[in-house]
Amino acid sequence: MIHNKSIVELGAGLQTGEFSSVELTHHFIQRIEQLDKDLNAFVSTTPEQALAEAESADQAIKTGQAGPLTGIPIVQKDIFCTRGVKTSCGSKMLDNFISPYDATVVEKLKRAGVVSLGKANMDEFAMGSSNETSFYGPVHNPWDKGRVPGGSSGGSAAAVAARLAVAATGTDTGGSIRQPAAFCGITGLKPTYGRISRFGMIAFASSLDQAGPMTRDAADAALMLQAMAGFDPKDSTCANQPVPDYSATLSDSLEGLKVGLPREYFGEGLDPSVAASVDAAIDLYKRLGAEVIDISLPNSGLAVPTYYVVAPAECSSNLSRFDGVRFGYRCQQPKDLEDLYKRSRGEGFGAEVKRRIMIGTYALSAGYYDAYYLKAQKTRHLISDDFKQAFKTVDVIMGPTTPTPAFGLGEKVDDPVTMYLNDIYTIATNLAGLPGVSIPIEPVSGLPVGLQIIGNYFTEAKLLNVAHRFQQETEWHRLAPEDSRLNP
Amino acid sequence: MQWETVIGLEIHTQLATKSKIFSGASIAYGADPNTQACIIDLGFPGVLPVLNEAVVDMALTFGLAINAEIGPRSVFARKNYFYPDLPKGYQISQFELPIVGMGSLTIDLEDGSQKVIGITRAHLEEDAGKSLHEDFHGMSGIDLNRTGTPLLEIVSEPDMRSIKEAVAYARKIHQLVVYLGICDGNMQEGSFRVDANLSIRPFGQEAFGTRTELKNLNSFRFMERALNFELERQIDLIEGGGKVVQETRLYDADRDETRSMRSKEEANDYRYFPDPDLLPVEINDQQLQRARQNMPELPDQKRQRFESDYSLSSTDALMLTQSRQQADFFEKVVSNGGDARMAANWVTVELTGALNKAGIPLSQSPVTPEQVGGLLRRIADNTISGKLAKQVFEAMWNGEGDADKVIEAKGLKQITDSGQIETIIDEIIANNPKQVEQFRAGKDKLLGFFVGQVMKQTQGKANPGQVNKILLGKLKG
Repeated sequence: MIHNKSIVELGAGLQTGEFSSVELTHHFIQRIEQLDKDLNAFVSTTPEQALAEAESADQAIKTGQAGPLTGIPIVQKDIFCTRGVKTSCGSKMLDNFISPYDATVVEKLKRAGVVSLGKANMDEFAMGSSNETSFYGPVHNPWDKGRVPGGSSGGSAAAVAARLAVAATGTDTGGSIRQPAAFCGITGLKPTYGRISRFGMIAFASSLDQAGPMTRDAADAALMLQAMAGFDPKDSTCANQPVPDYSATLSDSLEGLKVGLPREYFGEGLDPSVAASVDAAIDLYKRLGAEVIDISLPNSGLAVPTYYVVAPAECSSNLSRFDGVRFGYRCQQPKDLEDLYKRSRGEGFGAEVKRRIMIGTYALSAGYYDAYYLKAQKTRHLISDDFKQAFKTVDVIMGPTTPTPAFGLGEKVDDPVTMYLNDIYTIATNLAGLPGVSIPIEPVSGLPVGLQIIGNYFTEAKLLNVAHRFQQETEWHRLAPEDSRLNP
Repeated sequence: MQWETVIGLEIHTQLATKSKIFSGASIAYGADPNTQACIIDLGFPGVLPVLNEAVVDMALTFGLAINAEIGPRSVFARKNYFYPDLPKGYQISQFELPIVGMGSLTIDLEDGSQKVIGITRAHLEEDAGKSLHEDFHGMSGIDLNRTGTPLLEIVSEPDMRSIKEAVAYARKIHQLVVYLGICDGNMQEGSFRVDANLSIRPFGQEAFGTRTELKNLNSFRFMERALNFELERQIDLIEGGGKVVQETRLYDADRDETRSMRSKEEANDYRYFPDPDLLPVEINDQQLQRARQNMPELPDQKRQRFESDYSLSSTDALMLTQSRQQADFFEKVVSNGGDARMAANWVTVELTGALNKAGIPLSQSPVTPEQVGGLLRRIADNTISGKLAKQVFEAMWNGEGDADKVIEAKGLKQITDSGQIETIIDEIIANNPKQVEQFRAGKDKLLGFFVGQVMKQTQGKANPGQVNKILLGKLKG
């Protein structure tokens, strides 16, 4: 079926005229109409805009001006501002917000010729690991609708896994690309902090947020990243670093690749069957010529607590602009300014967002700043130093993306700490600003499992090469959810 | 009890950039509400600030001018609080690491003495918008044009011991930032705003008293009045057995009083932390070198140079260097052929008088320095007398052209032809035999009478020196 093809395969079909982008887009629009009511992966769909984009893509293909993404239907996470289209960030606060401008990522992908099918559901303001905090309701995991797709980019992951879009954009502050990619059996790359512009991406925690591609496989991720990456003068934290050709080195040999296995990522809390699946993947890398080295990241235990000071502190300030004054939700009949603030924010934000704003406000308060925020900055340095030390001896670090496969809907909503521990293996890379990718490996009881590969700064090409070589040898990334309605 | 006044000032100077500190929107004054606020100023979801590099150079220039410590690295921080005219819910400012560290400024006091005032720091920040509480029937209007306007906040040490010192310091900072070209100094438009911290203590006591902060001092006159009021209020309060409460007070110019705005207890916890959207500002030697090279001559240096290069009195030099514009005007007059002392006199007396009378600033003077120079040349070369020069100046002011044109048109050229003067004098001597006799009999004072007659005949155009000389010769002969 056409919807099972990757960007690379579809690009070939579009070029040879086997099908047009309009046909392809129609096909995906139909699939979304039929299947998304059970998944809730989309917050909004933009079929008319998609078809118009598909038409111009077909024109570009005819006149020989097409690039590898021209005419490919994708979905944008609803955290990216899209001109003229509702940009809700999964919140009631922005349910009425039509962005007047395009995020740099959106602009770049438009220029690359993609077709945007709509906006993907997500945890409210990207705060969550299960997509259950969304104002628009939870997203269901296409592999088992009683389970979560992961979060916060849960809609993006579910849409790609269920073949409702060929690829998606996501954002990752503590694992929000890699964890849902692992839960949904797709490939998700969080690039180095600064590799992709944050302009127009609604901020959760500015020093941690990073956009990235969510795709069927590493080759597709390379094409998406190629279009998304690069310096942007509108973002002071965006790196002015050359963008390599990510597809060129995909098939490079892994002979002599030094793979570090941090013992802290294989300890208590890791599901034994997930561990077995990861071990099997590492064995394959050995066969591909990799040398495996046991390493230690001694401060790994500090990652989750550090993150839950830094991220809420930044979010408490970033979300102050949602005050009911200029845009977004405003309470009915405010009686004075304080009432306007209290009720607009009290009614507009969900519980998890409020929880983090309160934690962050507390951490930054006079008298607590040194004990929390400043201390967290110090432990953040320690965590970065662990990685610096490790990358002196290894090329990449591998481990499980998550301790378990996807858990059940509603299972952890009432226990934030257990929920937060889901990101135990992904959070440290955000704190250090490093790139990481999650790829599907052998499933456990019919549920996808992800292998995380972490690289040194700006080594996305190497990560994609390592991921692609695995996918050349395996079929896990080609598995589609075992749902008869999804795979007629 | 004798009370000692202690004052420290926080001065917000608006930097004279074209665009805002973190966006490309214009900062021109007086636009329609909310027409100069882009999505970045409005704090839309997803937008990010990008530093306008021009403000860094301006801050460095100021730092060098006050001999301040300039660290290699300064950091923007967020000052968090909610207010409708603060779109992001935080103001981007600098907290722990300001761009300009400890420096100082020497002020001149009325008795001719000088005093060094410490400047704790100067930091960059963005301005907030404006809340308009009138005209909206129980609601408030918000104008965000001013949001993101670049400010340099200059914080002094509590070094001033009188209101006069505080005013002198504020004026000197004003003069300096205008000289440096980093602020237009327009106080009515809010380009230069002063907040004052004032406390009192018994003379001889080391510990400071409790201070109050006065806001909204938008002219030097109001500043002086507000400080006077506040000083009296504190003295009355303490002498009446009360205590000064640490609070922010607003000066009401209409009622000439200060009123409590908020107490220390009501003050916000601003939850400052480094802004993760902006990189630290790294200052390298090249930048400092460039700022040093672009540094204009400062008022004190200029004053000394005027005294030595132009042999001006210290009073003239001080007056001329009050503003860079006036000093430049003076130097242009000189370079256009005017004698320096004469030029000083004409600029500080005639021109300033005319400007004051017309109520216009020097920048709008209808007479150019070239024109004044041309006039002074004609005085020097005896084409016109000093007395008639005032008439020529008035004509130039009224747009009748350069000095030469006016002199020609009005026929004001001095009569220097001795033959012509002699003829006139002969005639006068012949017509006034009685006075001639009296003069020759020793009544010297009558010389004035004869000079007057000559001037009357020539409508003041005869060269006075020649007239004197010829008259004396003829009368004595």
